[in-house]
Amino acid sequence: MSDMTDTGGPVLAADGTPLKRSLARALRRQKMRALMLIAPLLLFILISFILPVADMLYRSVQNGIVTETLPRSVVALADWDAKSGDLPSEAVFAAMAADLKEAAAAKTHTKVGTRLNYENPGISSLFRKTGRKAKKFDLENGGPWKEALIDINEGWGEPDNWRTIQTYSPPVTAGYFLNAVDMRVGPDGAEARPESEQIYMNLLKRTLWMSLTITVCCILLAYPVAWILANLPMRQANMLMILVLLPFWTSLLVRTSAWKILLQQQGVINDILVWIGLVDDSARLVIINNQFGTIVAMTHILLPFMILPMYSVMQTIPPTYLRAAKSLGATDWTAFWRVYFPQTVPGIGAGSILVFILAIGYYITPALVGGTKGTFISNQIAFHISSSLNWGLASALGAILLAVVLVLYWAYDKIVGIDNVKLG
Amino acid sequence: MALPSYASTGQRIWYYTFRVICGLIFFFLIAPIAVVIPLSFNSQDFFTFTKEMLSFDPAGYSLKHYRDFFSNPDWQDALWNSVKIAPTATLLSVSLGTLAAIGLSQPHVPARRAIMATLISPMIVPLIISAAGMYFFYSRIGLAGTYWGVVLAHAALGIPFVIITVTATLVGFDRSLTRAAANMGADPVTTFFRVQMPLILPGVISGALFAFITSFDEVVVVIFVGSAKQQTLPWQMFIGLREQISPTILAVATILVVISIALLTTVELLRRRSERLRGMSPG
Repeated sequence: MSDMTDTGGPVLAADGTPLKRSLARALRRQKMRALMLIAPLLLFILISFILPVADMLYRSVQNGIVTETLPRSVVALADWDAKSGDLPSEAVFAAMAADLKEAAAAKTHTKVGTRLNYENPGISSLFRKTGRKAKKFDLENGGPWKEALIDINEGWGEPDNWRTIQTYSPPVTAGYFLNAVDMRVGPDGAEARPESEQIYMNLLKRTLWMSLTITVCCILLAYPVAWILANLPMRQANMLMILVLLPFWTSLLVRTSAWKILLQQQGVINDILVWIGLVDDSARLVIINNQFGTIVAMTHILLPFMILPMYSVMQTIPPTYLRAAKSLGATDWTAFWRVYFPQTVPGIGAGSILVFILAIGYYITPALVGGTKGTFISNQIAFHISSSLNWGLASALGAILLAVVLVLYWAYDKIVGIDNVKLG
Repeated sequence: MALPSYASTGQRIWYYTFRVICGLIFFFLIAPIAVVIPLSFNSQDFFTFTKEMLSFDPAGYSLKHYRDFFSNPDWQDALWNSVKIAPTATLLSVSLGTLAAIGLSQPHVPARRAIMATLISPMIVPLIISAAGMYFFYSRIGLAGTYWGVVLAHAALGIPFVIITVTATLVGFDRSLTRAAANMGADPVTTFFRVQMPLILPGVISGALFAFITSFDEVVVVIFVGSAKQQTLPWQMFIGLREQISPTILAVATILVVISIALLTTVELLRRRSERLRGMSPG
């Protein structure tokens, strides 16, 4: 060491490079090696998971279909003032006739009709009916098109239909999102839908409310169980732990089918209630296909996710604290409430966020035991993907759900840290 | 925990009430699963206990639902599909996941938190969103409705579990062991397979079992991404439950419960072994 300080220069590593640079290089190499190990998985997750989710988010605003199918009309309509109440000019009608002729030949006119029908119910028949005749349009001599089109279908004489086409002509739209929060684009910008058409906000509220109820039920049921697991001797606690872990490991569908069987009107619970005489045979309880069914089944399914984090927190609390509190004169309740309970709050927080995140996105259980009143927003998303085929709306609803979940995920990471998630 | 001898009457009452409450909650946890098992031996096509069953009359019990499961081609195809998909998905997520977990446990990883959050996200994002996105995206690249599409999707869903279990095992890993191996002339690959792998194996196996059960139980994603050719056991059960066709579901459920018990036992034994190896008390 003294030799080096004598030279007055920088400290050198064995190969003659300055030590600082040598260390920095070693660190860089370490970082590179770590990243090389992680890279394959990151790439895999990117392709198999992140890109699909991004694709879904993109679909929630994508609206290329109108400009692609009706390119000329979109350009011609740009100058039309929707608020004037007048019909567009003859040039617009001629452009529409040309577009429709082309679209009908390519059979894309029904698609654009379906797309616009989401925003203006009834408009799809306008496109369908006109499309049938559009193939025979004589673009050179068929005019004037204003009269010709209105003659085919009166819908072309209504400025409201034209306004819909104009509003949804840009390639990117907020329409699906407005739809997902029960709004629509009116003549003066966004406006609320009539009350009879408002479904999604209520559904979102119901999803949040039911998830919250399930979380609270889980807290109430998990707390005593976690406490007894943390305080029993190791051997007994391990035995009881199996009762918690078995449901955790059992297939979700098995648990859901079990509840379906238990809760049916001719099911086990009703049979027992009738047998002990609490309920008359003719007045069996309806406890399935409603909110009650969903809440009971989901509380059971998510309970282990609450017990495990609570248990791992309670395990670290020394029992001597309670005894110390009592020896200082606290009653049982005070000792619990002022000394023990505050220390378990992190466990409650971790479990609650986890259960709430999982509950809010549930699909299978509500679909099977929820009937119509006990379904979640996920079920509506699934409906729009597989039945109504309104993928844009499904994506917008999914994006809203994803936003809620990501905020909670972020909070979970801040409070608990994702490194601390434990399984089993 | 035990009741002290000086406890007052009130404390005694509360002590026993509390135990009863806990007993009821444990009952709530386990009863639904326990009920399915005897019902699956029902000789009638009912979803509830018959008089014969309650009086333990042998005529009330039969294996007919099991026979149906093993002879019905729909169920057999579904079982076969599940058996084909789950191991491949597990292999993919375990090999990539273990590698990444080792990378993540190195001392200097840039953006570690962000990477970790990304890798865990398939567990957090609601399944319906993953399913929708995968359906849209895999259709674009021609993977929707194919075996590999489902495998890819299931592997992605299993990765968080592998990452969590393997990083948890690596927390207690003594890094001087790899340095000692390198010191004695082992190259990194030899060090990995001969020194590191045997020590973290319990974590890797638990991760694999989690990934396996995730794929084996998964129904939402496979419904959207798969086609009729990839109809798995849970999918068949889902259809059966929605349309209320046959009590064969009970037999399937019982078989699945037995599989879960086997997996749970393995994971528990591994966890205890791993903690013993690390010199921690078994718990």
